Amino acid sequence: MNFSRRSLLGLAVLAGVGFGAVAPAQAFEPVKPVDFVIMAGKGGGADKMARLMQTIVEKHNMASKPLIPINKPGGSGAEALVHVQNAKDQDHTIMVTLNSFYTTPMRQPGLGVDSLKFAPIARMAEDTFLLWVNKDSGLTTFDQWVDHVKKEGDKWVMGGTGKLQEDQLITDFLNANFGLKMKYVPYKGGGTVAKQLAGNHISSSVNNPSEIEGFFKAGTAVPLVAFTNDRLSAFPDAPTMKEKGVDFAYYMQRSVVGAPGMSQEAQDYYTALFKKVYDSKEWQDYRTSKSLYGDFLTGDALRDYWKVNNETHRAMLAKMGAS
Amino acid sequence: MEIIQHLLDGFLIAFEPLNLGLVIVGVTVGLFIGAMPGLGSVNGVAILLPLTFLVPPTSAIIFLAAIYYGAMYGGAISSIMLGIPGASTAVATTFDGRPLALKGLADKALIAAAIASFFGGTVSIILFTGFAPALASVALDFGDQEIFALMLLAFATFVGLGGDDIPKTIFSICIGLVFSAVGMDIISGTPRLVFFDITGFLHGINFLVLAIGVYGIGEMLWTIDSTRGNPSMSKVQISVERTFTHMKDVLKEWKPAWIGSLLGFFVGILPAAGATPGSLMAYGISKMTSKNPEGYGKGEVGGVIAPEAANNSASTGAMLPMLTLGIPGSPTTAILLGGMVIWGMVPGPLMFVEQSDFVWGLTASLYAANFFAVVINILFIPVFLWVLKMPFTILAPVIFVLCLVGGYAPTEDMHDVWLMVIFGFGAYLLRKLDYPLAPAVLAIVLGPIAEPALRQSLIISGGDATVFFTRPIAGPITIIAIVLLFLPLVQLIRKKRKKAREAQS
Repeated sequence: MNFSRRSLLGLAVLAGVGFGAVAPAQAFEPVKPVDFVIMAGKGGGADKMARLMQTIVEKHNMASKPLIPINKPGGSGAEALVHVQNAKDQDHTIMVTLNSFYTTPMRQPGLGVDSLKFAPIARMAEDTFLLWVNKDSGLTTFDQWVDHVKKEGDKWVMGGTGKLQEDQLITDFLNANFGLKMKYVPYKGGGTVAKQLAGNHISSSVNNPSEIEGFFKAGTAVPLVAFTNDRLSAFPDAPTMKEKGVDFAYYMQRSVVGAPGMSQEAQDYYTALFKKVYDSKEWQDYRTSKSLYGDFLTGDALRDYWKVNNETHRAMLAKMGAS
Repeated sequence: MEIIQHLLDGFLIAFEPLNLGLVIVGVTVGLFIGAMPGLGSVNGVAILLPLTFLVPPTSAIIFLAAIYYGAMYGGAISSIMLGIPGASTAVATTFDGRPLALKGLADKALIAAAIASFFGGTVSIILFTGFAPALASVALDFGDQEIFALMLLAFATFVGLGGDDIPKTIFSICIGLVFSAVGMDIISGTPRLVFFDITGFLHGINFLVLAIGVYGIGEMLWTIDSTRGNPSMSKVQISVERTFTHMKDVLKEWKPAWIGSLLGFFVGILPAAGATPGSLMAYGISKMTSKNPEGYGKGEVGGVIAPEAANNSASTGAMLPMLTLGIPGSPTTAILLGGMVIWGMVPGPLMFVEQSDFVWGLTASLYAANFFAVVINILFIPVFLWVLKMPFTILAPVIFVLCLVGGYAPTEDMHDVWLMVIFGFGAYLLRKLDYPLAPAVLAIVLGPIAEPALRQSLIISGGDATVFFTRPIAGPITIIAIVLLFLPLVQLIRKKRKKAREAQS
């Protein structure tokens, strides 16, 4: 693999030189395979989605040059952010991001990363969060859950992915707004958290639907409340947080960004490419089956969305005394 | 009987011409991917995943599983022939496979690896076929406390691994543990031990970087040093007669084969562990229970059989939590799981009911993959042996290049290549000072599993360490581990007493 990639690169560089010499600025086409950086490890939620996008592109021959997935999971995405920020060939480096896109630069200011400088290409979806318990707990409604967890105090264990990331932000919100004292235990990935819940090793979780689907269908995991604006069609019995009296919704972005300094032409090309992916039947089916939110967003609208989210996350982290 | 009916249905699917063809191609591709240092089943499956859109999902998973399987066989080849672990799962195979090759018994080691892989594969598929749903619930019962207890047991079996010098073994384990702590700490959510603010340390120290550094580059330096640059590789003859004698010898070694198969399968089904820890633990326990523990590390055929049986067995085992719980038991199954999501399947407890064709087609194809892997592997042995006939002056640069490729492939980061070269020199120096290196390799594999499990357990219990003793599964494992840990000490005291008594009389 390495040799063929090398030689491809070599050819591409030669082709690029020739191309650049004759062709004036016009519609951008990649001249070599595109680095498709994934801000998470192999097999996680972000990775699965990125590989689905890549597969859709390949299946329908949407691009003249392939996307080459590269996992950079280090430091809650820090490694990926730095890698893309320092990319030498900005027009051939894109990245799939999640919410650590906001929080990691805030928590590790030493990296010198500014999220807003990345080129907005496409928001492909927003993942949703629900509160889950094991059916053995006997709890079936959110109100019962609040009463019960109040009594349990810090014996109630909430498991989640990572420290000071999405799951803990939601846990913290629940503790603060309902007078709870849940203990938070960080795990490496959402799949492990779901397994811990199914095995009764933790008391509740705030998994994305895609992570816990299997246990929900088997009846082991029970959703109590959704952190979304409206009820999710896959979980009609789970009320929203808003119905429970607190106007709170929280989503995980699934966006594609370009390296800072990417040319406008390249940005237009990738935006058009990912719009095609977004409109494909496979992606739309995936969105429906995994209860994904969030329409297609690009350009300034996407950057504005980042600005809003940046501030929300800054405020949440500040409240937790982390940044 | 229902199971047998299902399995027969599965065989009908597995023996469709397309699927059977994919099994054979997959196993062969896997064999070579596994044999390339640094490229393991993870890379192979990840690279070929997009291709699988061309065929139906059942054929796709059969193809990927065949690659996975073939790679488990192939990993042993470069471990034995070149002393470089072909894949992370084959590191333990180098411990004895390489010394055997140096003694001129490379063919024996390769045959042992192939037969052990077949045995481990067969045992685990039978267990998988018969008890999949029941075993899935065992995997669920394993919480953080149980995982930590199991890791403790693994460390305990390895204290005896580095020879009799226990302080040096413990030092080696500690070095490995420090390296395993580099990178992101998931419990505190902050990076740690990022030396000199080099971003390459953020993803931690990849285990293969250490293993290839130690066993590839370190080994080469050692060979050059100990032979003054003129090593006489003992030539291997190949003959049918020799092959049969070796086969007979290998078949006598039933104990390491069973230890590897059962332990590998069990460790494989536990989420988060996978084939690499499984094969290392199998090696440790096999050494401990052997009649000739001193021979391990110097070319004992049992030291090849145990880890090879274990890694194949674990790779089947790891599919169990993937299918029934939707949780990968190893990095490769994590990619397979991603594939299943792309094909629109929902792995989980209902998988065996709702996607019965898929599950049983896969199961039956594992039997087929195992059969073809052993046949193809044995047929290729003469080709592999030919490598050893090359003069060392040609072989050494080839090994060096393969090491560099192997260090670069997993993360595609030059940082790791430099790190690997440094580890190679460090390992050579430590070896000159008689430090055992296998325990360091073990520690860097198990550290990242043991450490979070320990801390998560203690957070849940509020700092109460008795949970490791009071839980029904964790308790006995912890106690066995502690007994094993102190066993060498007791033996040492006994030896001294005996000596003292002899001196008196």
